[in-house]
Amino acid sequence: MDKHIKTLFEVGQSILITCCAIPFVASTALAVDDLPVIESQLTTAPLVPPSITRTAPAKVVVNLDTVELQGSLADGVDYTFWTFGGTVPGSFIRVREGDEIEFHLNNHPSSKMPHNIDLHAVTGPGGGATSSFTAPGHSSQFSFEALNPGLFVYHCATAPVGMHIANGMYGLILVEPEEGLPPVDREYYIMQSEFYTAGAYGEEGLQPFDMQKALLEHADYVVFNGSVGSTIGDNALTANVGETVRLYIGNGGPNLLSSFHVIGEIFDKVYVEGGDLINTNVQSTLIPAGGSAIVEFKVEVPGTFILVDHSIFRAFNKGALAMLEVSGPADDTIYSGKEDDSIYLPEGGAIQSIAGETAPVAATAKNMDERIQLGQRLYDQNCSACHQPSGIGIAGAFPPLAGSDYLLSDSKRAIKVLLEGLSGEIAVNGDSYNSVMPAVNLTDEQVANVLTYVLNTWNNNGGEILPADVQTARSGH
Amino acid sequence: MVWFFLALFAPASASSAANIPSGMVVVGGGEYSPLFKDPTLPSGVMVESYYIDKLLVSNDDFTAFTTANPEWSKQNVKSLFADTQYLHHFPNITVSEVAERSPTWLSQPVTNVSWFAARAYCKALDKRLPALDEWEYAARASRTEVDASHNAEHLSRILSWYSALTSSALPGVSETPTNVWGIQGMHGVVWEMVNDFNSVLITGESRGDTQLERELFCGAGAASSSNPSDYAAFMRYALRSSYEASYTLGSLGFRCAKNIVELQSIE
Repeated sequence: MDKHIKTLFEVGQSILITCCAIPFVASTALAVDDLPVIESQLTTAPLVPPSITRTAPAKVVVNLDTVELQGSLADGVDYTFWTFGGTVPGSFIRVREGDEIEFHLNNHPSSKMPHNIDLHAVTGPGGGATSSFTAPGHSSQFSFEALNPGLFVYHCATAPVGMHIANGMYGLILVEPEEGLPPVDREYYIMQSEFYTAGAYGEEGLQPFDMQKALLEHADYVVFNGSVGSTIGDNALTANVGETVRLYIGNGGPNLLSSFHVIGEIFDKVYVEGGDLINTNVQSTLIPAGGSAIVEFKVEVPGTFILVDHSIFRAFNKGALAMLEVSGPADDTIYSGKEDDSIYLPEGGAIQSIAGETAPVAATAKNMDERIQLGQRLYDQNCSACHQPSGIGIAGAFPPLAGSDYLLSDSKRAIKVLLEGLSGEIAVNGDSYNSVMPAVNLTDEQVANVLTYVLNTWNNNGGEILPADVQTARSGH
Repeated sequence: MVWFFLALFAPASASSAANIPSGMVVVGGGEYSPLFKDPTLPSGVMVESYYIDKLLVSNDDFTAFTTANPEWSKQNVKSLFADTQYLHHFPNITVSEVAERSPTWLSQPVTNVSWFAARAYCKALDKRLPALDEWEYAARASRTEVDASHNAEHLSRILSWYSALTSSALPGVSETPTNVWGIQGMHGVVWEMVNDFNSVLITGESRGDTQLERELFCGAGAASSSNPSDYAAFMRYALRSSYEASYTLGSLGFRCAKNIVELQSIE
């Protein structure tokens, strides 16, 4: 089979060599049966298949499985995902304008649901959904021509469609224009979506889909690439100073629009809504549910660049946060010009309800080890966005907690900061910081746990904060 | 002299004058609004009283059927009537050997059966598959209500099974919850086959008629439905329209029904 495909492909290449001398619209000149046959290469987010070097259309065979599986939505929170290709978001498909796509949708035998696929790149009823409705353990085939170039969302459209999307059934298909996209150094695939769970944000265990919250559009989680923290720390996107990065961004919804923004970067180029229109020098680009955008920017300075939905509570409290780590030599002139990220915290010093409408029932620590363990989770959920998973903060904006003289010299003050928030100028390890930290709405137990974690991590000097200490601090004002 | 025995409009817990066939319960007829229907017809549909099996058909029951009707065994079934996955979970050993090795297997609901096979099973017992309207009418019931189709808590309980992964270890058919009619395991165990499974969306061959299928895609699915918040019902209709009469699914089982009006002559 592979040999057969390769042979056809070689034939196709010789055809295109012959035909390229004569300018004509290749997609109509070649009959579908004469096209070279290519097995599509699919990738899992954040990876993107290599750019297409062909200069003539091909018949591209896409095999995509629908799989229902249990996975992690956040630390300690599981969810039953319905997926394209076993991941949320689904596999990235890359084809060329004029290609004939032979699409095979395979519904895994372990599936409980029938599924189908509506590709927004398809011109035809249901976007393919009418021809790909597939029972568990069966496989459907249909073909379409990629008439329009652009970055398109695909999703399952089986009734009730909202639930199929809410459970994770979406992905992106890129139809490259005939002339191709300009070369860049890095390409990544990011897809935003939201989840509606019976428990509030962070509530542990297997969380079922909550239909009522979905109808009210009250999302518990808004995430990039299928889970909280999918693209941070060791899994962050990477680039080197001087490189141009292109992000293919999709929004699976099912309900919310994304105000996509990269903190500390300006998009040199945005392919608005994933189409031909190019806007330049954009700070935030709006991505509709069931829509996309392509953004490009050159990274000029090293550091951590944070990708957010600038509907900012989603980034802080619901998980809509990813990271791009840029390494290379610093350029102090450029960096200081972009240092002020204080608009990242528009909510001021008011009490911020971290846990959603009702606080999750927090586990009670029986000893210091448990306190540290429970505290780590709270830290990841509530603190690491600013102070960073490694506690080093972000220079100029968010002070470090690792080895912080401000923190370690006065644990009572640290408790107060969590309870009341902090604004105004402070000095930490000799550097001055002038930003705002909101008060966090945590219980005494939770404050004790997270502080004990912080005091016992990153070579900090230890010590335990007890809930009673927090209560004392609370009643002391 | 000829007597017609008509069912009482009462849940099964009430005693009926009729001789209820063994293992069956009475579903008292009434009017209900199907999730989907022809817009030219009135919104309510009248369902006559009928008998339905209290329990899902088990692996044990179906083994007895294939033993008595070897043309429906895994080895002999005609490919026109069942796909290649037909009874693939049936071991190639005798029932007594199965009972020895895995007693729970026998009591689990039979799955991986085609509509043709299910229909033949019921016919062999002088029964039939329930009609879609009959099944959906009875499926509205909770433990305490005949119609809980607008009870959000009830719907959410059903939905939680629909959203869970297919379980490899199904419960025994008699270990499942009972609804107000006395029917066990209508929700939360397996999908159930109905006689006219493709009557709502499609007439005839279910892959061919795209015009009607489209009604279940995206928003169009909600436009013609009577209760857009009954996600569980949407899923049942979607599943039904995805399969054909020869398909077998690992999560699809069935139970039989029977007409209640019986002609009996008394001297």
